Amino acid sequence: MAKYLLLKHYRGGPAPAVAFTPMDQWTPDEVDAHVQFMRDFGARLEETGEFVDTQALAPDGAFVRYDGEGRPPVTDGPFVETKDLIAGWYIIDVESWDRAVQLAGELSAAPGPGGKPIHEWLEVRPLWGDSPTVTE
Amino acid sequence: MNEPLLRDLVPAVIGVLVRRGADFASAEDAVQDALVESVRVWPDDPPRDPKGWLVTVAWRKFLDVTRAETSRRHREERVEGEPTPGPGEVVDDTLQLYFLCAHPSLTPASAVALTLRAVGGLTTRQIAQAYLVPEATMAQRISRAKRTVSEVRFNQPADLATVLRVLYLVFNEGYSGDVDLAGEAIRLSRQLAVMTRHEEVAGLLALMLLHHARRPARTGPDGRLVPLAEQDRSLWNTRLIAEGVDVLQAALARDRLGEFQAQAAIAALHADAQTVEETDWAQIVEWYDELVRLTDSPVARLNRVVAVGEADGPRAGLAALVGLDPALPRYAAVEAYLHERDGDPVTAARLYADAARSAPSLPERDHLTRQAARLNAQLRS
Repeated sequence: MAKYLLLKHYRGGPAPAVAFTPMDQWTPDEVDAHVQFMRDFGARLEETGEFVDTQALAPDGAFVRYDGEGRPPVTDGPFVETKDLIAGWYIIDVESWDRAVQLAGELSAAPGPGGKPIHEWLEVRPLWGDSPTVTE
Repeated sequence: MNEPLLRDLVPAVIGVLVRRGADFASAEDAVQDALVESVRVWPDDPPRDPKGWLVTVAWRKFLDVTRAETSRRHREERVEGEPTPGPGEVVDDTLQLYFLCAHPSLTPASAVALTLRAVGGLTTRQIAQAYLVPEATMAQRISRAKRTVSEVRFNQPADLATVLRVLYLVFNEGYSGDVDLAGEAIRLSRQLAVMTRHEEVAGLLALMLLHHARRPARTGPDGRLVPLAEQDRSLWNTRLIAEGVDVLQAALARDRLGEFQAQAAIAALHADAQTVEETDWAQIVEWYDELVRLTDSPVARLNRVVAVGEADGPRAGLAALVGLDPALPRYAAVEAYLHERDGDPVTAARLYADAARSAPSLPERDHLTRQAARLNAQLRS
C-alpha cells in the first residue's frame, strides 16, 4: 500500500477543462448535490479501507517567515489573486498509482451546475514514507 | 455497572488516594490503571462494592509504583496510620479535583484534557479521539498539565468561574469520535451542581440541557446544519427542556444573576415557543441587554443585534450593528440576514457569499453558500 495526497485547489493548476461559476451562483439543489457527493466520496473510501484523512482549508491565511533573532515573524498576505491556492485534501492509502489516479478521476467528477461533472484538476502526489521497502 | 456510572466514582477514588498521602499525578495514574483492570475483571466477577474495589486496586497500583522509588516499610507505616474518609470528605475531594483540573495556571486546552481524564474518568485514547489529535499528543498534554498543577495544594480555594468555562468548552465541542462530549459536560455539570448549589453552576447546567434538547433538530439527515428558525420543533427533547427550565427557575429565584443564567434564560425563551413566530423577541432582547451588561462581550452584542432585528425590525437591527467590529465571527452572516429581511436580496447574497468564505466551520460554510445560492437563484428568475 502507498499513500497519496489528492489536492483540491481554489486557484492554480492547468487551465480549467470546464469553466463553471462560483458556487454561490449555483442553485441550492446543485450546492446540496455537490456537498453530498463530497460526503459520499469520503464514506466510500472508508468502506474500501483506503481512507486516511481529509481536511478543507479556508481561503484566508498568510505567508509567514523568520525575520531574525528578537524580531517578530514577518507575514505576507492576504494571498495575491493570481496565486495557486489550496482548498483542501484527501489522503488515501491505496495499492497503486493507478488506483490513486482512478480515485482522483472520480473525485474530479463532482457535480456542478446542471448536475454535470465539474472536471476540476486535482493534484495527485505520492507521500514519501519513512520505512524503506526491503527487497532481498 | 455501566461506563458513566463507573466514571462517576473516579474523582472520589482519586480523592481517597490523595487523602491517604498519594500525590495527585500518581493517584490519577493509579486510578486509570484500576479502571483498565475493572474492564477486564468485572464482567466475570462483578464486585459488590465497586468504589471499594477501585480504591483497593488503585491503592495497590499506587504502592506498586512507589515501592520502586521509596522504602517499603516507610510507605506501609504511613498507610496504617491513615483514617478512612467519611462521606462529607468525598464530596469535598471531588470538588477540589474540579478546581485543580481547571486551575488558572493551565491553558484552556490542558484544563479540558485534565478534567476529562481525572474528573470524567475518560481514557487518554478517548479524549484524543474526541479532539482529533494523536493519542501520544494528548498523553503529553495531560502529563504536562499534571506537572503544572503538581505544586498546587489540593485543598486550596479556587475559582469556580474557571471550572465553568472549562465545562462549557467541553460542551461546545459537541460530538466526535465515540465520546459524546456534550453529554459528558452535562454529567460533570450535574455532579458539580449537586455539590456546590451555586446559581451559576445551575445556570450553566440549564443552558447545556436546553441546548442539548435541540440537538436532534440541529442537523438534517444529510448532516447539514438546520438553523433555529427552520428546526422541526417536534424533535426537541421535551424532558431535557423541562429539566433545564426547572433548574434555571430555581437558580433565578435566588436573585444572583450571572452570564450563564442569562444565556439559559434566552435558550428557555426559544424552547418555550411552539413555532418560531411565537418567539418572545422583546424579552430575548432584554436578556441580551443583561448579558451585555454582565459580560461586555462583543459576541453577546452581535447576538443581541439579531434579536433586535426580530423584535423591532431589520432596520433597527442594522442600526444596532453600527459600532460593532466587522471582523467579529459571523458579523457578515448577521448583516446578510438583516439585509435580506429588509428586502435587499442583492446586498444579502453578496454578504452571504462573503460570510461563507470566513465561516468558522464547514457545515456553516455550506449553509451560508446555500443561502447565497438561494437568493441568487431567486434574483435570476
